[in-house]
Amino acid sequence: MTESVRMGRPDLEAIRHHASRGYPEEVCGVLVGRDEDGRGRAITRVVPIDNSRVDERARRYIIPPESLRQAERSAAAAGLDVIGFYHSHPDHPAEPSVYDREHAWPWYTYVIVPVMAGDSGEPRAWRLLGDRAGFQELRIESADSE
Amino acid sequence: MIDSRDNENANGATMNVTIRIPAALKQYADNDREVTVGAATVGEALDRLVDRHPSLGPHLFDEKGRLRNFVNTWVNEDDSRELGGPAAPLHDGDTITIVPSIAGGLPADPEERSSPRRGAPGGSSTADPSFAAQLGRRAAAVDLDASEIRRYSRHLIMPEVGMDGQRRLKAAKVLCVGAGGLGSPLGLYLAAAGVGTIGIVDFDVVDETNLQRQVMHGTKDVGRPKIESARDRLLDINPTIDVVGHETPLTSANALEILEPYDVVIDGTDNFPTRYLVNDACVLLGKPNVYGSIFRFEGQLSVFWARQGPCYRCLFREPPPPGLVPSCAEGGVLGVLPGIVGTLQALEAIKLIIGKGDAMIGRLLLFDALSMKFRELKLRRNPDCPVCGANPTIRGLIDYEEFCGVPQAHAAELAEQSSVPEITATNLKHRLDRRDPLVLIDVRETHEWDICNLGSKGARLIPLGEVPAHMNELSSADEIVLYCRSGARSAKALRQLQDAGFRRLLNLKGGILAWSEEVDPSIPRY
Repeated sequence: MTESVRMGRPDLEAIRHHASRGYPEEVCGVLVGRDEDGRGRAITRVVPIDNSRVDERARRYIIPPESLRQAERSAAAAGLDVIGFYHSHPDHPAEPSVYDREHAWPWYTYVIVPVMAGDSGEPRAWRLLGDRAGFQELRIESADSE
Repeated sequence: MIDSRDNENANGATMNVTIRIPAALKQYADNDREVTVGAATVGEALDRLVDRHPSLGPHLFDEKGRLRNFVNTWVNEDDSRELGGPAAPLHDGDTITIVPSIAGGLPADPEERSSPRRGAPGGSSTADPSFAAQLGRRAAAVDLDASEIRRYSRHLIMPEVGMDGQRRLKAAKVLCVGAGGLGSPLGLYLAAAGVGTIGIVDFDVVDETNLQRQVMHGTKDVGRPKIESARDRLLDINPTIDVVGHETPLTSANALEILEPYDVVIDGTDNFPTRYLVNDACVLLGKPNVYGSIFRFEGQLSVFWARQGPCYRCLFREPPPPGLVPSCAEGGVLGVLPGIVGTLQALEAIKLIIGKGDAMIGRLLLFDALSMKFRELKLRRNPDCPVCGANPTIRGLIDYEEFCGVPQAHAAELAEQSSVPEITATNLKHRLDRRDPLVLIDVRETHEWDICNLGSKGARLIPLGEVPAHMNELSSADEIVLYCRSGARSAKALRQLQDAGFRRLLNLKGGILAWSEEVDPSIPRY
């Protein structure tokens, strides 16, 4: 059975908008929400983060540890956790690259937004497998409001 | 819980520290968010952590046991990189926080577009995945014929190179900036190794003083453009390769265009403006820059690749003031030295291309030929680096001559020289022939005097540094002519004498080189 992650339509639209606005560069951000210990996850807030890469911004993103610590602090203040990240794939499908896999952390939900010629497509969600050999796709359950 | 074994360190340096586990990893640590271990350093603490929870290992360390580059650690409130990295010392009660940095991006090319379950590509530690994949794709399109297989057989029988590595070499495009001391050995070895396209940027002409170390050029080539001489030599070694000549000075106007088609750039330059130009252009283009430099008996080597590590500016944010670091022409260089450093550069370029071994990224090698010692320094990315840092101020190529203070220094030197009273070599000869009572002082060093001198004209040697000590041996009543190799040092000596009250002073314009040119060609030029 495919695991799922819940994400509100407005948040999905927000990251799609962020992705097309940033085209042709990659954009990235943090997904904040709750993890009910494997029983399902809900993303309740998306936080755009400046891509800290200075080179190759069209195909690489980085969220440095300082930015992540800050995001974690503000999530914790709201009783939430950073449970994943999103980034865009300009002119590429929403599948994780080898580079994504090599740099991925377990547990987190990775949402990828495809942007074809400036138009963003439907995001897909992934999670790194325990042996780091690949990703498992997660079903995104969207509701009109969360 | 504390593992008691951790605390029995004979030297007593082991400290009890708490490691905070990020949410993402707690499933591999029995769902604990904090683990207490005994360790003296950050590296040791992480080792203890993985001893305790082995399934954390693959997420923190790569196959070679090195901390993954997206795993960061803080000791209390300090980034451990600022405290000495894995060697950062710990104190009782410290808290280590593991903080991820999150990175990712696009597949480099359609082939590499991973299916979710795709396994890891052949493990290599130096390879940037996109760099390796791009070269790999081009390598798949080239073939080696029977004579090439024979030519490269000593490569092919090593599994680390093999057909795949040799095809990568053939598909690779490497640019050598400079066809001089460093460019010579590295060009020869890259050609011999079968690098398919070797670009060379140089606009110099071979001269006799080059032959002591620039082994790509021969005596018959004196007077020829280095590009032509290099092309002949490289194609003689390996006619299967392409040699692309860029017979032009590398400038801000052409650097990006010239560098763009190449996979690897090798910096064999001998001056700061070009070195900063090559660095910045490589950062802007995302290309690896195999850096080497030489001076007298010392050499340096590193691979600057902003995609993976520091760049030259992270190490040297600004150039030294002009004149402080002499060039090889001024300071000399032992001829073998560029041979050593240049071949090391060729080696690093080949490792990057075949994706094997540990590249010199983030490391600086210092070689001292006299003591025959190699030392290595760790280099760190400077987050405030003006070109590869988080908020770069240099987003395009700048005026590097200006940046390095070259025009200013040149103007100052000209002003210094022209503001002292001068005599030309021809006039000096007339006056000496006329038996004018001139006192001729040579302010060069003893070893330069041994090369050539005007002793037959009555010159006396007082090296520049010893002028103050010997002033009392000179008479301000005499008319004194000072000379050095080209006129700069004697101008300095002249000023010192002026300051001491001497008035009848002349500087030989152009130094002994001008004397050789205008008066006596039997005086060797050096």
